[in-house]
Parts: sequence; structure tokens; C-alpha cells
Amino acid sequence: MHIGLFVPCYMDQFYPQAAKATWMLLNRLGCRVTFPQGQTCCGQPLANAGNEEAARASYNHYIKTFEGFDFIVTPSGSCAYHVRHHYDLLDKTETVTAVREKTLDLSEFLLDVLKISELPARYPHRVGLHQSCHGLRGLHLGCPSESLQKTPSRLHLLLSMVEGLTLVDLQRRDECCGFGGTFAIKEPDISVRMGRDRIKDHLDAGAEVITSGDMSCLMHLEGLINRRGIPLRVMHIAEILNAGSP
Amino acid sequence: MMTHARNAAVFNQDEARTGWHDASLWHVRSKRDAAAAEVPEWEYLREFASDIKDHTLSKLDVYLEAFEKAALANGAMVHWAADAAEHNELVLSILQRHGASRMVKSKSMLTEECQLNTFLEKHGVEVIDTDLGERIIQMLDEPPSHIVLPAIHLKKEEIGALFHRELRTEEGASDPTYLTEAARHHLRDKFHAAQVALTGVNFGVVETGEVVVCTNEGNADMGVHLKPVQIHCMGIEKLIPRRSDLAVFLRLLARSATGQPVTVFTSHHRQPKAGGEMHIILVDNGRSRQLGRPDFRSSLKCIRCGACMNTCPIYRRSGGHSYETTIPGPIGSILTPGVDLKRFGNLAFASTLCGSCTAVCPVKINIDDQLYRWRQMAGAAGLPEAGDRLWSGILGKGMASPTLFRYLGRLGRFLLRLLPGGGRNIPLTVWTRDRDLPAAPAESFRDWYARQPKANGE
Repeated sequence: MHIGLFVPCYMDQFYPQAAKATWMLLNRLGCRVTFPQGQTCCGQPLANAGNEEAARASYNHYIKTFEGFDFIVTPSGSCAYHVRHHYDLLDKTETVTAVREKTLDLSEFLLDVLKISELPARYPHRVGLHQSCHGLRGLHLGCPSESLQKTPSRLHLLLSMVEGLTLVDLQRRDECCGFGGTFAIKEPDISVRMGRDRIKDHLDAGAEVITSGDMSCLMHLEGLINRRGIPLRVMHIAEILNAGSP
Repeated sequence: MMTHARNAAVFNQDEARTGWHDASLWHVRSKRDAAAAEVPEWEYLREFASDIKDHTLSKLDVYLEAFEKAALANGAMVHWAADAAEHNELVLSILQRHGASRMVKSKSMLTEECQLNTFLEKHGVEVIDTDLGERIIQMLDEPPSHIVLPAIHLKKEEIGALFHRELRTEEGASDPTYLTEAARHHLRDKFHAAQVALTGVNFGVVETGEVVVCTNEGNADMGVHLKPVQIHCMGIEKLIPRRSDLAVFLRLLARSATGQPVTVFTSHHRQPKAGGEMHIILVDNGRSRQLGRPDFRSSLKCIRCGACMNTCPIYRRSGGHSYETTIPGPIGSILTPGVDLKRFGNLAFASTLCGSCTAVCPVKINIDDQLYRWRQMAGAAGLPEAGDRLWSGILGKGMASPTLFRYLGRLGRFLLRLLPGGGRNIPLTVWTRDRDLPAAPAESFRDWYARQPKANGE
């Protein structure tokens, strides 16, 4: 099984440690992983801004870059959702459909393909889980609070495998953080308020760290945390799942 | 700045009030969650309701004519209005034929949409909204900020002050029961004085020709029962084929709206009273145009419960008035761009596309997908909200070029690292007004990866 690793563009530039953790984790689990150097961006920033036609070139580039892999794994619910849900601009050729369907968020790959039930990870800290909306409601990585099912999300399952980790209880367990891509710039006042409300919820619950399957939410929250000097850190879930590795 | 963002910025200046507004509506959503959880077949009901609405909309022309036929057979008078102006003229002509200059009206978002009150007042008719929330905002000369809870943006102390001014309640009194009692007395006089009663419509039942009105205060019934002439105004999308379909929709409506199992009053109006008149006005006002748009057709399934507003993190933190539309919140943001894309296209961007609206919608409208599609319409129309077309085109090409992508990334990080503090709070963009930029690392992941020994057969 040959895995293509797709690293979100902003993560490649700003959060290489989260991408490294993903790569190392997959290697530790015995996967054959390649990061195709030609990869760029899934195109979501342009499309969400209302210019999906302009994103067509990056869609085609993504397909070309990743055709031939058995799975394409990305540490981002949002990018995986965009490829799977919003690439309808492209003709549904066999290749396009295959690449789209095989693009998985890291948590899907670990639980649905590798079907892991344990991890050699240890992270003795109080952690708050921030569910990214595209992962939760887009990819159905779990049941949102407004749905009536109560089964634990994939991210909960993965964190429960980490030794020493205490997951804190939040008042609003899956409210949006207010990042929303260009929303953060177009609606700065609500975006900032939403982020501050999320941070407060995590602080009130006694979290030391906020984790998420999407670094973009965390980039927004971290920006607010650092500006205000709040005693909280953010970590991508891959970093926690890979914690305690030699 | 976009219109909605500008209004939201003003709303957010009062941090405590924004928090209060958010908490009030979150409370309503929590009640909805609890009420929905009481019904084991909830998801099945949503699916069923969605199917009924899809089906009805798929042959709306046939159902509309069948509904008219059944209503006429009951002795009602049926009128067709292509737009708001025709609707308003129809209401006025009915009033004038009866020499009426005073009318009581129960809750109707359609008449808000048509600006009926303003029109009738210009023609010398006194219109009194009899729903308590509606009456409050009418006294303030404000539009509703929510389709189910029109005065949710007001605190009880503010209503106390208003009633003290308008209804001579005690100064400083804000006890809801006391204030409601004062409103009852005030409205009772208005009910007696009016000559005609008008209501909105929740459902028009095709097989029986009846209209169904759901209220909590009984004000619609009070009006209709007291007056010989009754008018019911409905959008053409309100039809359901069978009376038994109500067994699906009535179970969903109040639970989704307020967490009640059912509204206090569910009134079926079928025929005029002896010697009286019953008018039904069927209004298009852009609905058939929306029906003709495959991507947006299903927005017409909406039963106006307001659940998408209560769950929307943006609505809760910007208030209904920030949208400047009759229907605010997520559903309004997919309905209104269809009326005027240039003016309301910005609303498609007043969302993080979190999808919670879609997840609560009792008739399963894919609201977040439609927001995304309206963004594409805004982009294709060259609206400023979608950014500069030329620049996007260049960006699009660049995003498909690995070389350019790599070197621009390197250049960006290099420049940031030259700046004091790693450029983390450079006043370059709106981002850094309240947020730091992430620290730019010396090496990107791809550059690190390129240095790794290739052990796994690359």
C-alpha cells in the first residue's frame, strides 16, 4: 500500500512540525509514505472566496499529482472535505473519482483503513479537543451536538488511545472557532469574537492544550492566544498522536 | 468592508450585549436539541418532510391549481399576486370594499417581505400587529430581528421602558408577566376596534383547501373569530398535498423553533363564517424564479422555524438586523441573493460554512452548500466580495505551479523573519489587528522532507 501525503499549503510553510508528526506517525505504523514534491494547494481558498473557476488549475494539478497512490492522506479535515465534496467542477473520470474518494483525513485513514485500536503514544496533559466543522459536519468524523446520535468522534477515539491524556469537557463541544478561511478577514469582528469564545471555553475547562484535526482553526486560535498572552498552547492532533515517540 | 461585516462590527462593540444575545439564542437551540431528542424517529421525520416538500415543489403548478379549486369549493375567495405590489393592492382593495380603515394582523413574514404595513398606513389604514413581539417592534418602528422571535434583540428592561412610554406601565417595571398583561389590555381594544383580520399561513393543504396557522398567543384566532372579513396571505411554496402530512410537519415545526412539542394554537381555517368573507392571497414575489434555479430550488422547502438562526454562530453574534433582509440568518442568506444578487450577495460570505444550519434544518435544506454556490454566483457576477477576478486568476495559475509555489513560500518566510518580532504583528492585513501571525519557521516541511534519506523506495 503506497500512501501519498498531502500537506496543506499553510501547514507546509508555517507548521512543518505538524506535517513532520503526520509523516513520522504514518511511518511508525508501517506505511510506505511519499510526499510528492510537486504538490501545491487543494484550491479551497479561491473556491470559498467565490472563484472556483480560478481554482480549476489547482484541482487538475492535485489530481495529476496524486493519481496512482492507493490512498492520499492529509492532516486536514477541511482539505479532504474540499477535494471530496467540492471538486465537482471536474469531469467525473475514473481517475478523478478515484483520487477524490481516496483522499482521506488522517483520522479516517488511521481508523477506517488501518483500523488501529492502540497507539504507542503518551501525552500526560489536559487537552481540549476543537472539532473543525469541515471534519465534523463535512466528513462526518463524528456526530455534531445538534444531531441526536452520541457516538464518539474519530478524534475522540484516537485521543483515547493516548496514555496519560485527559480530555476536558467543554460547554459547547463543537461550536465553530470563527476561522472560516477568508471569513477571518472579511468578517474580522465576528471571527475574533468567536475565537475568543472558544478559547474561554477551553480555559474554563482547565485545558493546557487545544488540539484539532485542522491546523487552520488552530492558527486562528493561536493568533488570538499569543496576542493576548493567554496560557494555552495549540497542537495538531498528529503531534499528540506521535508524542512520546523515540 | 461588506455590509454585513460593517453592521456586525457595530453590534460587537458592546461585548457584554453580544454575549447576552449569543447566550439567549444558544438557550433556544439547546431547548430544540432536547425536544428533538424526545422523538426517536426525528431523523426519519426530517427525511420524510424533506421528501414531501421536494415532491410538492416538483409539481407546484398542479398543486396550486388543485388548492385553488378546493378553496373555492369551500367558499373562500382566492387571489393571485405576482409580486409584493400586487399583494398589497389586493389587501387594500379588500379593505376599501368593506370601508375598513383598521386591521389587526397576526405574524406573517410574507407581509414583512411585501412591506404591507407601510403601504397600508400610507393609504390611511391603521395596521396593528397582534403578536406580542411584533407589536413591540412595531411600537419601536423596527423590523423583526428573527422570524420566530421578532424582538429577541431587546432586553426586558428596554421593553419595560417602551411600555412605560407607550402604554403607561409603571416606570422601571420589567416583570414579563406584568408587561404581557399590559399588552393584552392594549391589544384587546385594538381587536375590538378593527374591522378586518389578516393572518400569515404556515401550511396550505391542497386536498382540503384549508390554511393552517400556528401561533403561541392565540392572536391569529382572536382576530379571525371576531371579524367577518378574514384575509390569509401565503407564499406559493407553503403547500402540502395532504392533511395527514401535517402529522410530519407539526411535529417538526415547534420542536425545531422553540423546543415546544407543538405550538399552543394550531388553527385550521377552511371556510368563511356565515355572512363573512374568507380571502386567500397566493404570492409569488420571486419564488417561481428561485424554483427555476436547480442549485437553489430546495431553499423553498423552508417552513420558517428559525432553527438555522439559533444555531448559527454568526447570527448569534451579529443580530438579525445586521443582515438587512426580511429573513435574516442562514436561510435568508440563501433566499435573498436570489432577489438582488448585487445587494445581498455579500450575505453568502457572512458564514464560516460550518454547516450547523444544514444539520438542524427540519426539512434538510443543504444551506451551507447553497451559501457556497451563491459565492460562486457572486464571483461570476464580479461582485467585490468575491475578490478581484484578475488577481484570482493569477493566483489560480500560481497555485498550480510547484516551482512558483515553493519559491514564493520561501520568499515569504524569509521576509517575515527579517521583520522585528518575526513579523507576527505587522499591520499588513486585517488578520493582525487582533491576531498574531504564526512564527515563520526557517524551513518548510517540503524543504525538510527533501533532506531526508529516502528509505521507503521513492
